[in-house]
Amino acid sequence: MHSFGYRANALLTYALTILALMCTIASLSDNFNFPSPSAEIQVLNFNWFQKQPDGNDEVSFTMNITADLQSLFTWNTKQLFIFVAAEYETPQNSLNQVSLWDAIIPAKEHAKFWFQIANKYRFTDQGSNLRGKEFNLTLHWHVMPKTGKMLADKLVMSGFRLPEEYR
Amino acid sequence: MGWIGDTVDSVKSIQIRQLLTQAVSLGMIVTSALIIWKALMCITGSESPVVVVLSGSMEPGFKRGDILFLHMSKDPIRTGEIVVFNVDGREIPIVHRVIKVHERQDTGEVDVLTKGDNNYGDDRLLYAQGQLWLQRHHIMGRAVGFLPYVGWVTIIMTEKPIIKYILIGALGLLVITSKD
Repeated sequence: MHSFGYRANALLTYALTILALMCTIASLSDNFNFPSPSAEIQVLNFNWFQKQPDGNDEVSFTMNITADLQSLFTWNTKQLFIFVAAEYETPQNSLNQVSLWDAIIPAKEHAKFWFQIANKYRFTDQGSNLRGKEFNLTLHWHVMPKTGKMLADKLVMSGFRLPEEYR
Repeated sequence: MGWIGDTVDSVKSIQIRQLLTQAVSLGMIVTSALIIWKALMCITGSESPVVVVLSGSMEPGFKRGDILFLHMSKDPIRTGEIVVFNVDGREIPIVHRVIKVHERQDTGEVDVLTKGDNNYGDDRLLYAQGQLWLQRHHIMGRAVGFLPYVGWVTIIMTEKPIIKYILIGALGLLVITSKD
């Protein structure tokens, strides 16, 4: 009954149970954080806007991203994955989401930032519907925890419009 | 060591009745593990509710050996979600993030493009020859939960099968020699 193996087994089981419980509590504690992130995006300049040889419209622009995401960090946060996506509707597609830029924020100190960048990924349509198209720019964030449940949310900024002509 | 002597003694003293009880209890352990796995499959709606991260393509978010919990709901797929997908002609499922979504107006079908956070380019090179987009049926689930390091157990066991056999042998011996 009280052999070495029995005791080792009991100790291991107990240690693993406590560890699992602590991971669960750490993940649940994220629910008590009520973040108030803020962000603003401005489109500064359309660098170029063309119809590609395959018939798809492609555009490149420079934008200004200002954000304060510090309140998203808790003690269970490993990092923040953020990205800006353009979202629009076309006659063919009810929803197009195109990721334009992303970044990883490793710590709270870096979560208040200002960037001026051109789109990192190609903004290409499926087809040729982008001239004069209205679109949203959405800042998404994905909170990646040290352990437990992953959280995601976004801020939508609407009212952007692409140029009427290719350039 | 008296412990080993005891073990040998208890192996010798096995009777048929005891043997049967132990076979039954071992069967119970195996079947309950199977029940839990299948129940998880039903609850999460994914054919593999838990996956182990095998590559570093999502670092620093997910490292090799971390475990992801999957969920497959009817919800539409959106950018930013981390999905697990199977590409035709590839055995091992891939865990990457969705960066582009095009959803059809009439049929509701989706075209999805993915990318690993740590990779320079998107995943078109990983897809089948000439494939530009993933469709819904390629996607096995989306990651909802995360547990670090635990997956190392399975990685070690698949890469060093000896350890697996030693472990199974030791556990089997423990079951046989346990007195109640």
